[in-house]
Amino acid sequence: MPRYYTEEHEWIDVDGDVATVGITDFAQGQLGDIVFVEVPDTGAELSAGGDAAVVESVKAASDVYAPVDGTVTEGNGQLEEDPALVNSDPEGEGWFFRMTLSDKSQLDGLMNAQAYKDFIADL
Amino acid sequence: MTESEFTGEEAVETATLPLDAWHRAKGGRMVEFAGYWMPIQYEGIMAEHLWTRENAGLFDVSHMGQLYLSGEGLDEALEAVLPGDVKSLTVGRMRYSLLLNEEGGILDDLMLSRWPEGIYMVVNGAVKWEDIGHLREALPDAITINHLEERALLALQGPKAFDALKRHTTGQWPLDALVFMMGGPYQIGGVDAWISRSGYTGEDGFEISVDADKVQQVADLLCGEPEVKPIGLGARDSLRLEAGLPLYGHDLDEEIDPIEGDLAFAISKRRREEGGFPGAARILGHLADGSPRKRVGLLIDGKLPVREGAKLFDGEEEIGVVTSGGFAPSVGAPIAMGYVPRDHAAPGTAIAAEVRGKRVSCTVAPMPFVPHRYIRKQGG
Repeated sequence: MPRYYTEEHEWIDVDGDVATVGITDFAQGQLGDIVFVEVPDTGAELSAGGDAAVVESVKAASDVYAPVDGTVTEGNGQLEEDPALVNSDPEGEGWFFRMTLSDKSQLDGLMNAQAYKDFIADL
Repeated sequence: MTESEFTGEEAVETATLPLDAWHRAKGGRMVEFAGYWMPIQYEGIMAEHLWTRENAGLFDVSHMGQLYLSGEGLDEALEAVLPGDVKSLTVGRMRYSLLLNEEGGILDDLMLSRWPEGIYMVVNGAVKWEDIGHLREALPDAITINHLEERALLALQGPKAFDALKRHTTGQWPLDALVFMMGGPYQIGGVDAWISRSGYTGEDGFEISVDADKVQQVADLLCGEPEVKPIGLGARDSLRLEAGLPLYGHDLDEEIDPIEGDLAFAISKRRREEGGFPGAARILGHLADGSPRKRVGLLIDGKLPVREGAKLFDGEEEIGVVTSGGFAPSVGAPIAMGYVPRDHAAPGTAIAAEVRGKRVSCTVAPMPFVPHRYIRKQGG
């Protein structure tokens, strides 16, 4: 299952026509202690680069953007009870939402793991 | 992702603190604040906050303005620009006060300490240049204002601050001669320091003014103690919020007077009777009749943080605004402070805040949110 990354520090796992989206380990480290996550409602229509979710750390609220166009199929309900999952397992249990992919060709514009690693090394 | 806070209000060039390299070596994440590169956190805001409440945290607050005022007629002159009782301030005592404009609006909040020959004043970093300009203009020529730019300022805060500091401190008086809001000259590891028992976390603690070229020596000495860790701006903000202490430029500004700001304690009995400070008519009127709006604490229902700028509602009516807010690590929930009309200021009043178009229930709450633990009596 290929994983892609955005310059906004989201990751997206693609499995057929459905994708899982979260924020990267680098992102959670930058944000610090996560105290609240607002995931999109099921059925929400997302467009690439548009607001999809909000993550609140102790110090600030940050937007999480949709990496591609699509429709939300599920938000991670666990984050409501335990937002710190984003800190402890950002690229696993701490996923934000699942979505369908309207245009798979949009994935071509995203980074693979190595490209993302190089990208954050330059920040 | 984009971040919205602590990205700074940019002065032309961001200055560095005397401890800049030290913060970076300790893993401090540096952000622009009040015109300086300052550490927002080292290991994490939550851990640093809780460490300070249980142990002791060392804060670098060298961005703040340290001033020394002296000259003939200083007390009278200061009483003409601020509402505090300066005349009764005896050597070694410290008092919270406010610089006011002619309308009684707050230009800054500050600390005054009586030194043998003058007054030592600590003002907010973000407005220190404006404060100096205002004081220079408002005070008579006989008063000298020294900006102690070659001094650094540390705050050691928390229930174990005393134990850690005592091991390294010598002076004419033992450290426990200082109680809350008193200060005196000491040496820390041989370095001359003005130490006061004060701070902005609600905990027992000390503020330590030393020469900038000796501050690293003092910081290393204190952080070598098992009780002490360096703590960043992020935890400083959450600690002061829990302590119910206002932050200038957020909870207080030029439009707000001391009564609206819930700072009536800063106007002594004598000054209330005599007046003679800027904006006295408005302020004494608000003291007598209540101010139309007041700074209050807010307990937030649920987990969603309510931050600065969130509007407050009673039903459909917009009644006020949040001026500080966030997750409170020691409370375990979001808290906030803000301004509401007088008839909504009683603890227990149910109102709502708006966050991203959604209403969040909240309740007016007494402050502090976490009890102050100041040491007010010797041996206490």
